[in-house]
Amino acid sequence: MARIGVFVCHCGENISATVDCAKVANTIAKMNGVVHSVDYKYMCSDPGQTLIKEAIREKGLTGIVVAACSPRMHEPTFRKATSEAGLNPFLCEMANIREHVSWVHDKGDPTTDKAIDVVRTLVEKVKKNQPLEPIRVPVTKTALVVGGGVAGIQAALDIANAGHKVIMVEREPSIGGHMSQLSETFPTLDCSQCILTPRMVEIAQHPNITLYTYAEVTALDGFIGNFKATIRRKAKSLDEDLCTGCGLCTTKCPVKKIPSEFEQGLGFRPAIYVPFPQAVPNKPVIDRENCTYYLKGKCRVCEKVCPTNAIRFDQEDTIMEIEAGALVLATGFDIKRADFFPEYGYGKYKDVIDGLQFERLASASGPTMGEIRRPSDGRVPEKIVFIACAGSRDPAKGIEYCSKICCMYTAKHAMLYKHKVHHGEAYVFYMDIRAGGKMYEEFVRRAIEEDDAKYVRGRVSRIYEKDGKLIVKGADTLLNGRPVEIEADMVVLATAGVASQGAEELAQTLHVSYDAHKFFAEAHPKLKPVETNTAGIFLAGACQAPKDIPESVAAASGAAAKVIGLFSNDELTREPLVAIVNRFPPPYFSTCVGCFMCQPVCPYQAIEKEQIKDRSGKVIRELARINPGLCQGCGTCVALCRSKSIDLYGYTNHQVYQEVVALLNE
Amino acid sequence: MKLGYYPGCSLKGGSREYKESVVALCKRFDITLVEVPDWNCCGATAAHNLNKELSLSLPARILAQAEKAGFEEILVPCAACYNRLMVTAHEMKTQPALGQRVKEIIGMEVSGKVRILNVIQLIEKYLLDKLELKMHRPFDYRAACYYGCLLVRPSNILQFDRPEDPETMDKVIRKIGGQPVEWEFKVECCGAGMSVSRTDLVAKLSGKVIDNAVYRGAEVIIVACPMCHSNLDMRRPDINKYLEKKTDIPVLYITQAMGLAVGISEKELGLHRHFVPVRLPEKGLLTDMPGEELEHQQKEG
Amino acid sequence: MSSAPHTIHKKGSLMEEIHDAREISVQKCYQCGKCSAGCPLAEDMDYPPSVIMRLLQTEDRQNEAIALRSETIWLCVTCETCATRCPMEIDIPGVMDFCRQRSLEKKMTHPKAKNIIAFHKAFLDSIDYTGRLYELGLIADYKARSFQLGQDVALAPGMIAKGKLSFLPELIRDRKGLAAIFRKTLHRKGGRS
Repeated sequence: MARIGVFVCHCGENISATVDCAKVANTIAKMNGVVHSVDYKYMCSDPGQTLIKEAIREKGLTGIVVAACSPRMHEPTFRKATSEAGLNPFLCEMANIREHVSWVHDKGDPTTDKAIDVVRTLVEKVKKNQPLEPIRVPVTKTALVVGGGVAGIQAALDIANAGHKVIMVEREPSIGGHMSQLSETFPTLDCSQCILTPRMVEIAQHPNITLYTYAEVTALDGFIGNFKATIRRKAKSLDEDLCTGCGLCTTKCPVKKIPSEFEQGLGFRPAIYVPFPQAVPNKPVIDRENCTYYLKGKCRVCEKVCPTNAIRFDQEDTIMEIEAGALVLATGFDIKRADFFPEYGYGKYKDVIDGLQFERLASASGPTMGEIRRPSDGRVPEKIVFIACAGSRDPAKGIEYCSKICCMYTAKHAMLYKHKVHHGEAYVFYMDIRAGGKMYEEFVRRAIEEDDAKYVRGRVSRIYEKDGKLIVKGADTLLNGRPVEIEADMVVLATAGVASQGAEELAQTLHVSYDAHKFFAEAHPKLKPVETNTAGIFLAGACQAPKDIPESVAAASGAAAKVIGLFSNDELTREPLVAIVNRFPPPYFSTCVGCFMCQPVCPYQAIEKEQIKDRSGKVIRELARINPGLCQGCGTCVALCRSKSIDLYGYTNHQVYQEVVALLNE
Repeated sequence: MKLGYYPGCSLKGGSREYKESVVALCKRFDITLVEVPDWNCCGATAAHNLNKELSLSLPARILAQAEKAGFEEILVPCAACYNRLMVTAHEMKTQPALGQRVKEIIGMEVSGKVRILNVIQLIEKYLLDKLELKMHRPFDYRAACYYGCLLVRPSNILQFDRPEDPETMDKVIRKIGGQPVEWEFKVECCGAGMSVSRTDLVAKLSGKVIDNAVYRGAEVIIVACPMCHSNLDMRRPDINKYLEKKTDIPVLYITQAMGLAVGISEKELGLHRHFVPVRLPEKGLLTDMPGEELEHQQKEG
Repeated sequence: MSSAPHTIHKKGSLMEEIHDAREISVQKCYQCGKCSAGCPLAEDMDYPPSVIMRLLQTEDRQNEAIALRSETIWLCVTCETCATRCPMEIDIPGVMDFCRQRSLEKKMTHPKAKNIIAFHKAFLDSIDYTGRLYELGLIADYKARSFQLGQDVALAPGMIAKGKLSFLPELIRDRKGLAAIFRKTLHRKGGRS
């Protein structure tokens, strides 16, 4: 005979302001099988939990219903309390009378009546609950890091240094990401490459890290602790073991005028190329879309000059499967191209460039060897206009959010320009200066006060060319909106940071959620900033939202800490809320008829065929069997099964039926 | 073929040559223009400045008249009329309550099914494919195509061409053998309806337009709006005073340029009505253009 | 939830009226100044467009009066450059239209806008009389309203010579219907303003 205890929570005033909690407790107390029913101000508090534990011990309860908030937050709390009092935790259920009742209705009897109904159904359900045991699964202590920018590098090194294996996958021919393109970094002006390249080398040399560049994750199966990832390694047309990275092929390649991705189109590269001199790995790939041999079937110059015969024209993409216990996504961001602003003439006027292009101009390794020269004629610009928010905070043509990094890098650009062209003039059109961060405001003040960057508060309406100058038409909103016209030699647009190209497809492949802007979504904006809603997949850096280097690195270390924490367990426990196909002793075996219609609908490939054999070993029946390690308890197979042979632990057909009956029998 | 047609007041008055060239050009391409019966003024720039309901009711009556006459499509050559008619159709469609109020004011039904064509759309839709047959001599000039405001803005309503750097007129000019120049003042404002009340401002705004066209080496400015034309042409003395130099670049309607290319006489196109004399250097005159002969053969065959 | 539902207190401000009448949110303006930067007439205005928006945002009677009394609203030629480039997609010319109408109703028009208003009114008068614009009549009416008797006299002979000015107005048949439109929209009882 069931002995059910019911505990009605006031949640401060969140519930009791509209629901008469005492009445709920008293009404439920009269139900068949309910031997204990009380209400209390904060059931989740220590005294509240004590009420539950004492009642279990003193009254010998066989089932618990806590009528309170959504189970999302406190189900673990109450199940733990139940377990501490010696009862199986899965005999404790929560009735949600806050989100489902008190928050959505006004005070009154109907509201209280609804709360009673909600609790009643749970009482009937819990009478049918069975004790369940958590499922234990082993952990693969290898992390898969997707993306080899500064965030991926940081996460990979942290995890590897803690003694775990790391596999890093990067889609470009080299790791390094956007940071490797930057000239100097705010707010300290230290050289980006100088601080990044040692860590890139460390990745390549670390005994715990396996690096796959020019590769992508194309599929992911499994679950936390036990992922199986499919990686496609694009053909580099090169035997990497033989290649010594001497670079002879890249200098002899006859195709030389391909706009370099690394130089943001300001420089050129050959068809067989290493993206930049400090690349890791420092071995070339052949860009088949531009290689004469692949286009016309002739050339093979690289093959002829290679001293180690490492060129492989017939190489094909290779597909490999790897096992990993956790994933860190660090796929970074892209910049929004500025050509959606026709009024600014980007793409039409060569000297209107974007922020990343300016980084290359200012970089010592860039196309101008660090001299600021304008792309059209190579002259040193005497006057530069920087335009902030060129795409950000612009619902009309760009994106509505603030890209966060532009205020700082624009101040840095103005500063770098003034350091290199002392007599030059730098104007910055801005709307607000968002310089929150350690030494950030001081940095902007330095640009204004020491380096004489002229800040004008207003947006630019139009840019056009006249007599070799770019006429910039803006306004000074601090001078009553007065129009300002500047004849500039060069204009730099601080374009918006957007989600990395292909982010949406990757999110769908990996089953992680993403936001309206296709940035990967964190599990909780404050308390779970590096977790995703998919257990075992973590976020690092600007794949989540635009972030600067310190923030990206901090997030990467955070994600690494989560992975290391996960790997500190030899096995994981999972809630046993999985589906099962019924089994009976012979001669019945199961009500399953072996139609296997459940198999294709399972999103997790968890349904297998099980052969029932007679004593002679002859197969007499084929039945469906669900792998509890793979099953996520979604219930799709349960709904589909025509012979009603599948049940979901914790939500069996019988339990749900009891709930419905309780509602019908008032 | 027959096509519904709303000339508007300017084409009946100060911009007579625009009407003449539109009609002559259509005739050359075997299109007969049929006026919307008993049409009224659209209210142009004045009405919306003073009263919103009036500014919608006047164009709504025109649309209603066109609908009553059974037109599915009407040509509206004047950019101001085109703009007002498009805006009215849009507002009545997107704001049903306002649309209802306007219908009550004019006491007529407007279903909104009449399509409104501006002159460039007319050329693109009905003339270009027959152009080769009709070509008489190329309009071989460096032309600054000036779109102004009313043809392209508000772009979300008009949905015609690119609002910042439109290209449809440039394409037409290229088709008739001209060289459109790249210039910066394609869509700047000429001063519009302030021609009379604030001539000083019109001289300044139009002056900047003329100046940039000349600076970019244009021999002729091409327009599709009577207001742009009268400001750039009739106000040239004020403009020259503002620019402190004598500019004599002629301003032609797109229909006049095309008319010349297909061999319509200058008189028929109303070129003599311009204030700035239309003196285009004689060049590229090709008497052996195949157009006319081909057309002739085709008619015979 | 603990937060109480919003109670909207109507302040009767112009900003609210503009929102109710035309569905334009002046509130959205974050004062970037792009409208003022691109406005072809900004340098001739007493307050550039972004400042007019700010004046309205304050919902302060005195500031609203400054906007309604400004020359700006009459210099705006509705070229729509601002609206095309506004990052917040605010229909600024629509705001100007609203302010003009209100300024007229409240007789708060800027003294220097006299000629501009006289022209608009003469234009509408002409349509009201005949259904179509009669340019000679318009000019005569405008001159009577604005006392700009000498202006553009030099143009007239040229226009006549080039056949651009008609001496007789075109009349439409349904003048009654048109008069009704003017009566219903401008709420005129009898004579014309």
